[in-house]
Amino acid sequence: MSLKDQVQSCLGPLVVAVSECQGDLSVEVSRENIKAALSKLKEDPGLSFDFLSDLFGVDNSELYKKTAAKPAKKAEAETAPEEPPKPQEFPPRFEVIYLLLSLKTNKRLQVKVRVPEENPVVDSVVSLFKAATWPEREAYDMYGIRFNGHPDLRRLLMWEGFPAYPLRKDYPLEGRGEERHLIYD
Amino acid sequence: MINHDDYVKINIGPSHPAMHGTLRVVAYTDGETVVSADPEIGYLHRGVEKLGEHLSYHQFIPITDRLNYCSAICNNVSYEMAVEKLLGVSAPEKAQLVRIIMMELARIADHQVCVGILGVDLGAFTPFFYLIIQREEIYEIFEHYNGARLTNTFGRIGGVEADLPKDFEQRWKKLKEGIARANEETDKLLTHNRIWMDRTIGVTTFSAEDALAWGFTGPCLRACGVKRDLRKDEPYSVYDRFDFEVPVGKYGDVFDRYMVRMREMEESVKIIDQAFKLYKDMPADAPLMAKVPKTIKPPAGEVYSAIESPNGELGFFIKSDGSDKPYRIKIRPPCYMVYQAFPEMVKGEMIADLIACLSSLNVIAGELDR
Repeated sequence: MSLKDQVQSCLGPLVVAVSECQGDLSVEVSRENIKAALSKLKEDPGLSFDFLSDLFGVDNSELYKKTAAKPAKKAEAETAPEEPPKPQEFPPRFEVIYLLLSLKTNKRLQVKVRVPEENPVVDSVVSLFKAATWPEREAYDMYGIRFNGHPDLRRLLMWEGFPAYPLRKDYPLEGRGEERHLIYD
Repeated sequence: MINHDDYVKINIGPSHPAMHGTLRVVAYTDGETVVSADPEIGYLHRGVEKLGEHLSYHQFIPITDRLNYCSAICNNVSYEMAVEKLLGVSAPEKAQLVRIIMMELARIADHQVCVGILGVDLGAFTPFFYLIIQREEIYEIFEHYNGARLTNTFGRIGGVEADLPKDFEQRWKKLKEGIARANEETDKLLTHNRIWMDRTIGVTTFSAEDALAWGFTGPCLRACGVKRDLRKDEPYSVYDRFDFEVPVGKYGDVFDRYMVRMREMEESVKIIDQAFKLYKDMPADAPLMAKVPKTIKPPAGEVYSAIESPNGELGFFIKSDGSDKPYRIKIRPPCYMVYQAFPEMVKGEMIADLIACLSSLNVIAGELDR
């Protein structure tokens, strides 16, 4: 049985989509089920994905814009011009990717959840993997994704009170000239 | 939750000789015992991941030098291998051997610095010089190869730029003796030294279960007794052809971390010997580069590729949208995971042991903050 089938039979209806790239298997689950899915993958005796290698956010907003731009032009030519252009509906803006590793079988798996911009909240997995403590803080710091149930969700790399989320695609590379005001306590 | 008003607050760093760059720890102490320690990181945050989204695939290689600057070559190769995986190519055999030789030299240099600095932080200054002299020799080889000593920008996507220098065999012969001598001298000075043993044995012990839960990799995990090394468990490149041991400790204390690093240097010497033997048997005109287009435009997709760097699992996650720049790069630095368990490790230890623990973890700020 391939890893793909094993994961699918383990997670069952929790799986939203499965993709593969150069041998890296990636499973998407819905946001509500992430904790259940990870604990199932961890407890499953055949898979035993018991090691969280990393966790991070991805901002897909530019990717959606790029892929949406091409078919929109084609559609314009085919359909009647008087039809008003519909506002584009994009999938949720952010992704959180969990890189899992099984120490028993030495296999790796990516688990993905999509997180909308309006309500960027995911359940924290610190209770399952302590290793998620800082990565979740970093994802919050860089993308503004909040993790429900995290014991200490503060900014990690940027300073407390930094007004933006720097790894979002709409944040400029040069920054916006924020200054750090040191507070001595 | 502890009441912080009952304890003395001690601020260590970010600018402190024992804090290895720009780390800061806010410790609350009861007498000399640490009650809680909160590491604050980000003083060396340069936005490497953001920068990567605005540079082409080739242009990002020099940026990876600035992660773990003690072993820049491992970072370079790890990144190059991730892009190669995305492209679906692999470097030719000769290039793999050159990479392995260079990576293992970098590993030795990294461990030498770590052990040397650990000694300095605990008051043993002499071994530092023995080790640094040999590291200098390693840097000479790097310099001879491509002109850079610290930030090597080694290799290309799809291979390496050049053969090993002609006098490598001679230099390696000399260096091998030097490394053995320096390790022996360090071993004589430290391992059975009463003061050293008192300062390191049983200090900040960590169990294997905790270490795995916290995402430890590399020497810090092996010191806890878990035999895990990506070179053996998920052999990448041509590591499966070499015969070497994976040294492990037992208690996960400072002493075990020191011993694991010392033993690993010997294993690296063995690997280089074997790799160089294979390298010598290769024809002189064997290719060094795989066929890679000038402008790298990988197909859309996302891959994660990891290698065993001197500090542990160093991984690169690259998401491509089909353009000539990566859409997202995520670096998985090994010491980031190790350092997040720091408060748990030093709780209840002496404040001087906090410094010993930090040195033995080999936390590199460039890699930690990215």
